[in-house]
Amino acid sequence: MKYPLYREARPRIALPSGRPIEDFSLANLQAGRLGPEDLGIHERTLDEQSRIAEEAGFPALARNLARAAELTRLPDAKILEVYEALRRQGEGGAALEALARELERAYGASLTAAFVREAAAAGAKS
Amino acid sequence: MGERSMRSRRAREREAQPVRRDTTILEWPEAGLVLMKGPADPPSRVRVESGRVVEIDGRPEGDFDSIDRFIARHAIDPGVAEEAMALPPLELARRLFHPDVAAAEVRRLFGGLTPARLVEVVAELDVLEMMLALRKMRLRNRVANQAHVTNLRDHPALLAADAAEAAARGFAEVETTVGVAGLAPLNAVAVLVGSQAGRPGVLTQCAVEEGVNLRLAMKGLVSYAETLSVYGDEESFRDGDDTPWSKAFLASAYASRGVKVRFTSGSGSEVLLGHAHGHSMLYLEARCILLVKGAGSQGIQNGAISCIALPLSLPGGIRGVLAENLLAASVGLEVASGNDAMASHSDIRKTAKLMLQMLPGTDFVTSGFSVMPREDNLFGGGNFDANDLDAWTAVQRDLGVDGGITPVGEDEVRRVRQRAVAAVQAVWTEMGFPPIGDEEAEAAVDARDSRDLPPRARAADAAAARRFLDSPATILDLAGALGRTGFVREAEALVALTRQRAAGDYLQPSGILVEDGSDLVAESAVNEPHLYRGPGTGCRVEGRRRRELEEVPFAQDPRTLGRPAEAPDIFVEGGTARPGRETEVVVALGPAFGRRLGSTLGGLSHREVVLAVLEGIRGERVPARVVRVRDTADCAFIGHEGARLSGSGVAIGIQSRGTAVIHRKDLAPLDNLELLSHAPNLTLDSYRILGRNAACYARGMPTEPVPVRIDNMARLKFIVQSTLLHRVEVEAATPGAPALEVVLRAAGAPEAGAGPLGEDR
Repeated sequence: MKYPLYREARPRIALPSGRPIEDFSLANLQAGRLGPEDLGIHERTLDEQSRIAEEAGFPALARNLARAAELTRLPDAKILEVYEALRRQGEGGAALEALARELERAYGASLTAAFVREAAAAGAKS
Repeated sequence: MGERSMRSRRAREREAQPVRRDTTILEWPEAGLVLMKGPADPPSRVRVESGRVVEIDGRPEGDFDSIDRFIARHAIDPGVAEEAMALPPLELARRLFHPDVAAAEVRRLFGGLTPARLVEVVAELDVLEMMLALRKMRLRNRVANQAHVTNLRDHPALLAADAAEAAARGFAEVETTVGVAGLAPLNAVAVLVGSQAGRPGVLTQCAVEEGVNLRLAMKGLVSYAETLSVYGDEESFRDGDDTPWSKAFLASAYASRGVKVRFTSGSGSEVLLGHAHGHSMLYLEARCILLVKGAGSQGIQNGAISCIALPLSLPGGIRGVLAENLLAASVGLEVASGNDAMASHSDIRKTAKLMLQMLPGTDFVTSGFSVMPREDNLFGGGNFDANDLDAWTAVQRDLGVDGGITPVGEDEVRRVRQRAVAAVQAVWTEMGFPPIGDEEAEAAVDARDSRDLPPRARAADAAAARRFLDSPATILDLAGALGRTGFVREAEALVALTRQRAAGDYLQPSGILVEDGSDLVAESAVNEPHLYRGPGTGCRVEGRRRRELEEVPFAQDPRTLGRPAEAPDIFVEGGTARPGRETEVVVALGPAFGRRLGSTLGGLSHREVVLAVLEGIRGERVPARVVRVRDTADCAFIGHEGARLSGSGVAIGIQSRGTAVIHRKDLAPLDNLELLSHAPNLTLDSYRILGRNAACYARGMPTEPVPVRIDNMARLKFIVQSTLLHRVEVEAATPGAPALEVVLRAAGAPEAGAGPLGEDR
């Protein structure tokens, strides 16, 4: 297992923009060559960290990081919208089902969609 | 009247002690006021059908509440459940405790346990066994600590200075929050910039409402979140307008922005909300712990946290809270183990509580050590605060235990505070925030608390905070501002921190960042796990860290302590002392008295001591003679040798540290007429009366003993100095050398250097 990725597999780490992590330097920042799109973590890196967690014996964390990888595709506002919908899960499964479909279709977030459906089912039973 | 008037003064004094200001109650299990074994706690049981957990603790799937459902689905490993649950609680407890059973094996087995079984297992352990188990189960090798940095006025310069100080003192995480909600973005920036000025790589968070917190995270202003509270019953969850799924989703949301997440739970929260329903605190907490694990959080802060005073009011409260920490570690969660909110009025109780986490070492010994005085702690924290930092480092040194705080000298603290304040001043100007004036900046460096700062218009700060939050500006703009204004080191630190966000290494269990050359690298349970298998294994305080913890800045060098730079040499020495014939008192001095050493432990000059004794003797019209005893440093023998030389048989012996004795030659050396052993408490009057008494003994007249007062602290205060002075006395002694007649030099005459008859050995 290559970990920490930063020390053991740096060439494999990309910025969210897709550029190599080596590009993230003060010199590039000062030259105006970095922007908000370079800030954060890339989906593939989260998948990699998910595998590392699984291998190290932390399967629940691994599943969380796998969902997180999907959520990198969601804009900030959509994240907050899903959170608010989950808080109101008891109010009806239809809204959550619609959200789950959107997560699948618009964002390819199948793990998160399944998670939302599970919440809807739990809400229906409680 | 009655009972109250019957109480003794001692009883009334005891009632006024700090511990009696804590509320202490008996158990009331039906109301949930019980640590373990609540009447409604179910017996432990699990049933697995075709790879699914279909019964937990006597409740079949059809009757699951949302927490059961979540735990069954996400936390309990169906592949291990039957194997693990087949082991009796005592056997599981034994494996949890025993160093020969590896932590990873315990985690595997405990992954199959239900909440009720987890409680039954820890209930088998006493606190010492729990501590050893916790030591074994801690995830990360390095023990760390978390700091609280807040102030009542949300002053950015003070936040930055305190964050820098926390960083310099070795805290791996710094947590802030707000007095005025709208200021969150600026508080987050102040703590971020300040912490990186103190030490690059410190993780920071700003505890505010989740929506705002996520936006701060998305801008890169915070690197961890700890605001995700969970409860062990459904109703408490509903009160908080959340569900296990919404919380778990938040955890993924934060991770998707590269932010580390730690959930919060703890004994007492459910009963406080009125939802215990006859369950014990620990049973409800065990449900929380499994929920947190199932949500995929890498860690938890538990140990009652803000509710700590509630379990502490009950029997076994501190033990129960330790059991929480242990259970969390046992299922593979990073543990920030409380010790943040005020636990007791009594320092003894607070320390007793702390030891249970500090001695084993946890991932974060406190969930928030208040780096500033507790008056500025907006978390209601400050169980340990700025004034306790030195005591904390002293205890680390005493026990050879790493409690996660590095001793730092005040010059270094001041240096990083100045740097941090200057850095936020520059950022505020560059970013167009309401400027931080030089007067504010200077006050922030040396402030005790926020009351020492000039007033600041918080409305203007809040407006700037709002504009900043709504703008596209991110941590990149802050780094740019720092770079442009000459704070290149801080700019590099913000860039390095953001690179680590892209790498995501600190998302692994118990991840923190440490310096690695000019860059940062993560340490977590993956690359730096704590591997404890008994003596000689696991994290031990040694090498550089040992020296760091031992060399507290207030330690003094015993080689120089209390020794005069120059020998005072206040006597002219004559020939060998001869036995006298008349009624006299001999004053026999120790070998270093007035020669290498110049004053007593109590700070009295040797010259004045001798003059006082002579005055006392001569006041009774008895002649006196001064001799220096050279062959012993022992007070009794010095006195006895003087007595053998005295014409009356009576002598006073005085050691350099000031201990004095009246001796008579017919007594055994270790016997005496009077002994003044509390040298630090003696005054010149004591020595005068000692002289008078000796004269009276010499003339066979009755006397009253020298009055002595009891000072129980004297030995504590002076034992080191006493040891060091006596060492000089012993070195000055020459076995077999006869006593010499000595005469005080005239006052004002040069005292250093050997006189005409002097000899210097």
